[in-house]
Amino acid sequence: MLPIFVIIPLGCAFLIPIASKWRKGSAQILANLAGGLLLLFSIKSIFWLKTGIKLYYLGGWKPPFGIAMALDGMTVLMLIVVNLIGCLALVYSIDYIKRYTSPALYYTLFSLLLAGLNGVVVSADLFNLFVFLEITSIASYALVAFGTEAEELEASFKYLVLGSVASILILLAIGMLLGSVSTLNMADISRSLAASSSSSKDIILYCTALFIMGFGLKTALVPFHAWLPDAHPAAPAPMSAMLSGVVIKTIGVYALCRVVFNILGFTQMISSIFIWLGIISMLVGVLLAIGQWDFKRLLAYHSISQIGYVIFGIGLGTPLGIMGGLFHLFNHSLFKSLLFLNAGSVEYSTGTRQLEKLGGLSKQMPVTSATSLIASLSIAGIPPFCGFWSKLVIIIAAFQANNIAGGVVCVLVGIITLASFLKIQKYVFIRKVEEAMAGVKEAPLYMLFSMAVLAVLCVAAGLLFLPFMDTIIKPASDALLEGLNYAGLILGT
Amino acid sequence: MSIYILCLILFAVGLYCLLVKRNLIKKIVGLGIMEYAVNLFFILLGYRHNGQAPILDKEQAIVNMVDPLPQALILTSIVIGLGVMALMVAITVRLYEKYRTFDIGEIRRLKG
Repeated sequence: MLPIFVIIPLGCAFLIPIASKWRKGSAQILANLAGGLLLLFSIKSIFWLKTGIKLYYLGGWKPPFGIAMALDGMTVLMLIVVNLIGCLALVYSIDYIKRYTSPALYYTLFSLLLAGLNGVVVSADLFNLFVFLEITSIASYALVAFGTEAEELEASFKYLVLGSVASILILLAIGMLLGSVSTLNMADISRSLAASSSSSKDIILYCTALFIMGFGLKTALVPFHAWLPDAHPAAPAPMSAMLSGVVIKTIGVYALCRVVFNILGFTQMISSIFIWLGIISMLVGVLLAIGQWDFKRLLAYHSISQIGYVIFGIGLGTPLGIMGGLFHLFNHSLFKSLLFLNAGSVEYSTGTRQLEKLGGLSKQMPVTSATSLIASLSIAGIPPFCGFWSKLVIIIAAFQANNIAGGVVCVLVGIITLASFLKIQKYVFIRKVEEAMAGVKEAPLYMLFSMAVLAVLCVAAGLLFLPFMDTIIKPASDALLEGLNYAGLILGT
Repeated sequence: MSIYILCLILFAVGLYCLLVKRNLIKKIVGLGIMEYAVNLFFILLGYRHNGQAPILDKEQAIVNMVDPLPQALILTSIVIGLGVMALMVAITVRLYEKYRTFDIGEIRRLKG
């Protein structure tokens, strides 16, 4: 059943241009149908996992020779993140994309993006992962430039150049691994590296450096973050939600963790690199965010900072830290997507996203205002909402691992985050109404629907966080903690 | 060994071109050079001196074949590279229509 996650969106991307030739509205029906099906299957995959790891051999060839697909705890978590946000962003697009001239092209690219993301997640073959990663990247470069205004093209070009350099570095690392162990199956690579002599230590070191540079660029960790604050605001709003909520996590954090934990082996050195990258990203991201006056640009800087939390938590390497990091990854995908959708609906109704020009929208746009309040409280870590629990788990894990400085930085960044989201609430929603804002209406129905669903999920994940962590997050962190035993699980024996 | 160092130099030439040149087209060319250096690296991995084409035939004994796997991978990689290159050139053409220049120094409305 695994290839279905790639087949549905890929087939949809193929059908949309044909179908939209003879009927105009068919593109959005097809794309939303595919999104809904994918969401259904990804929720079903929780139950597939109950009977152990699922494998699929492409063309029936067994692992060391053919391409394999695998489903373990980490895969299930990422499938849910990708398809949940993807489906809601597609529902949101029904109304939002009417402002653009060619919706069919948008839905085609969006389906390709979903195919690439799902492919990255289910693939158990390193080169196959690279191919899907490139499909994702090309679709997102094109979607960032979708408006074809001057700023959007400029942002897309920046993203293209840095993204391509990252891809080249990843390909080089894959080549080095292929040269030293002559296989591409992830499990087989990890087994061969463990079995071979001491010279493979150097190869592992080189490859780790290249992978951290490559996936770090895709994740926008701080020394590599220059493209993100331009690219994420330039895209159409549902696409911004996908980029910040899903893309940087799947082709960045997920791929990096899979490679580092299950193939190369998680060492003390990698742990400290992750911790430092995380701390620097948290601090720099949030400090740069304070001074921003563009709604979406401010949110983009917060993405850097929140991804810092995820990498910091995972880098601690303790079971609690990894669980906190992955839980924060899930929560961040919920509330950051919601915030970008809010920004999109504010821009849709008022035509601007400059904070100084907005004001007093809580009367005219009650749903947008309420959902953005929930999202802001979640991202700032106020108790009953989901962001609080994941940050709490990460901070406790930091103190347990004797990383006092990291824990203190986490708390501090949380406070600054709260300050900058109070700024958004004040300038956009609470401040006194200006003349220019008088005629503003609430956003259309489908946009409100996906924002409301995300807000409910934010509250639900906060209130029900214990059963939630048991069913979804725990298997994912167990899959990472298996470490190099992953090879035994996939290859049998 | 020296052939790998030459490959690395090719990679470095591409990276230098990408980092230093201010013209968009030259940056794209630099990226292309980097990509082909990595492709060349893959092909070198499977290369054997005086090797034969990896075609299994009844009369032919398997001696000193080149490794076909990297070649198959690089075909995929070249196609991906072509897609990225085409998108990049298309965006550059649009950028030229908007800004009337290829100089990266003058294309900077986004900052902060």
